[in-house]
Amino acid sequence: MTAVYLDNNATTRVDDEVVQAMLPFFTEQFGNPSSLHSFGNQVGLALKKARQSVQKLLGAEHDSEIVFTSCGTEADSTAILSALKAQPERKTLITTTVEHPAVLTLCDYLVTEGYTVHKLKVDKQGRLDLAEYAALLSDDVAIVSVMWANNETGTLFPVEQMARMADEAGVMFHTDAVQAVGKLPMNLQNSSIHMLSLSGHKLHAPKGIGVLYLRRGTRFRPLLRGGHQERGRRAGTENAASIVGLGVAAERALQFMAHENSEVRRLRDKLEAGILAAVPYAFVTGDPGNRLPNTANIAFEYIEGEAILLLLNKVGIAASSGSACTSGSLEPSHVMRAMDIPYTAAHGTVRFSLSRYTTEAEIDHVIREVPGIVAQLRKLSPYWSGSGPVADPGKAFAPVYA
Amino acid sequence: MWDYSEKVKEHFYNPKNAGAVAEANAIGDVGSLSCGDALRLTLKVDPDSDVILDAGFQTFGCGSAIASSSALTEMIKGLTVDQALQISNQDIADFLDGLPPEKMHCSVMGREALQAAVANYRGEELEDDHEEGALVCKCFAVDEVMVRETIRANRLSSVEDVTNYTKAGGGCSACHEGIERLLSEELAARGEVFVAAPTKARPKSNSAIVNLQAPAPVAEPAPAAAAPRMTNLQRIRRIETVLEAIRPTLQRDHGDVELLEVDGKNVYVKLTGACTGCQMASMTLSGIQQRLIEELGEFVKVIPVSAAGAAAAHAQLEV
Repeated sequence: MTAVYLDNNATTRVDDEVVQAMLPFFTEQFGNPSSLHSFGNQVGLALKKARQSVQKLLGAEHDSEIVFTSCGTEADSTAILSALKAQPERKTLITTTVEHPAVLTLCDYLVTEGYTVHKLKVDKQGRLDLAEYAALLSDDVAIVSVMWANNETGTLFPVEQMARMADEAGVMFHTDAVQAVGKLPMNLQNSSIHMLSLSGHKLHAPKGIGVLYLRRGTRFRPLLRGGHQERGRRAGTENAASIVGLGVAAERALQFMAHENSEVRRLRDKLEAGILAAVPYAFVTGDPGNRLPNTANIAFEYIEGEAILLLLNKVGIAASSGSACTSGSLEPSHVMRAMDIPYTAAHGTVRFSLSRYTTEAEIDHVIREVPGIVAQLRKLSPYWSGSGPVADPGKAFAPVYA
Repeated sequence: MWDYSEKVKEHFYNPKNAGAVAEANAIGDVGSLSCGDALRLTLKVDPDSDVILDAGFQTFGCGSAIASSSALTEMIKGLTVDQALQISNQDIADFLDGLPPEKMHCSVMGREALQAAVANYRGEELEDDHEEGALVCKCFAVDEVMVRETIRANRLSSVEDVTNYTKAGGGCSACHEGIERLLSEELAARGEVFVAAPTKARPKSNSAIVNLQAPAPVAEPAPAAAAPRMTNLQRIRRIETVLEAIRPTLQRDHGDVELLEVDGKNVYVKLTGACTGCQMASMTLSGIQQRLIEELGEFVKVIPVSAAGAAAAHAQLEV
């Protein structure tokens, strides 16, 4: 049996065409793009082409709005720290409780540096309250940073509307679009988004390459100063091969955009319906009506996620979980906690994330395997008895927590 | 994914004694805050002899929680209640050929379930003397609660102090930022200000770091270059030198290590003093093993021989 990879929100397989396009840039085309001679010049031209491909994928107005970075996290840090440096009189940030750690951990650190951080809460479907947001916009806010799509549930935030509200209030708006780019069509030139982060390895480019989209005219202070690369906005010799790879990946993402939003969505819906029809006490987390086409996050009540993943892995299925045990942390996923999912369900959440390589046969295999695995673990669970949860699980089993 | 031993996988994939025991007369329900894991242990104890006739577990938890539960039930069946209480969480981890540092609390949960069940059997109140926090030092599996309590109890004020008292920060040093944060908070609570130690890199030797003379050409490494063979005596002396170098660190914690026997790749040692029964013992042993491998240039296995006897002699260390 072949392996079924349903963890594409973690990382993706590099597209074969991307690899082919990259290879010459390790050997024949090894020049430094800053060099005058032809070794460098040819690389410089290839980077320009890649920049234009990314521009096209994002619908940006100018190719100079694309700044290559080493990863999505670097793009996030660059955007947020730039806004603070450029507007030292502003001491407040707005973000959400369900951001990726690339933003949340930085924000928590900034609190220790004396900044005020407002984290917008979400409801049980993971949706924001825009009235709460509107009330927080003020002259003291340096930047709003809100993710486009949630990595765990796929739930989309109304970033275009939120960017417009920020812009009208004279506040910079950044979005971590690492999960959204390549899966949703975008036209940034018609938006009010000032800055956007993306990561190559989430869209079939290699790891170690990212982009900060920086709208022309946005006040900016670099994170890395040094050479004049990226017009002085991100010093450091360019990761030429990966940039070329990202350019091809951007072209391919545009080609597959319709497929992603039709075929991938159909397979995701089939997977979800198939599992929910066969497994009792399971539910979809997030906002099913408004989410990425490739992501299904299902909570299996009364069992724990890591145990599910280990058994899935045994039958060749790769997925991920929001349980604390998979990360070695104290709490289950902060996203699940923010949505007020009870502990007995939050620990049992499993994320299946598809890609354009996912096949019908793979989905059928997963639908066949999951019910047995869930039943096997529930048999071991103190919250479970026979064919359902024990009566009043909270009281029947109330362990002493040490 | 975690680096689980084969034994852990075996007990997870095919758990022993799953489910509640019929006619149980001892029940222990405990949970570990660290994982949201929870465990119910049910025992059938012979009231006349105090022998545990049957044991079963029900676990809501991850792979190692299920494996630890399964291991525990296997270990205690046939023992008397008093014998069973002698089992430490380290014994459970050893039975499973070790657990990753982040997962040691799963074995703690097993040990606590046993205490809870015995308390239930004897009609006693369970005394809970144990609290867990987020893992600070991964090298030595030291959590936040332990670091904070040690800082408070001993009025510690530097990262070096914390390392000396708890071992936290004594390995890769990546957790020093976290330890500094805890120190800042604890010092602030007692009205002091944390001052970091002056920055200084300690060179291992005083030889010049730059040599302008062209280095001698390095010979191509011969394939399977046979390391000069040491005589048995040289080898044992080398092992003793390594152990001698480690002993002061252990003695500072009132522990010690003694070389018992060298048999091929197996190095048998005895941990004494505070090291016996210490949660960190397996970390200490793997540290010793690593140093020996580096020093001897060959793989060796450090095997603890405990005073308790043969059972532990089989608890071989996984690298």
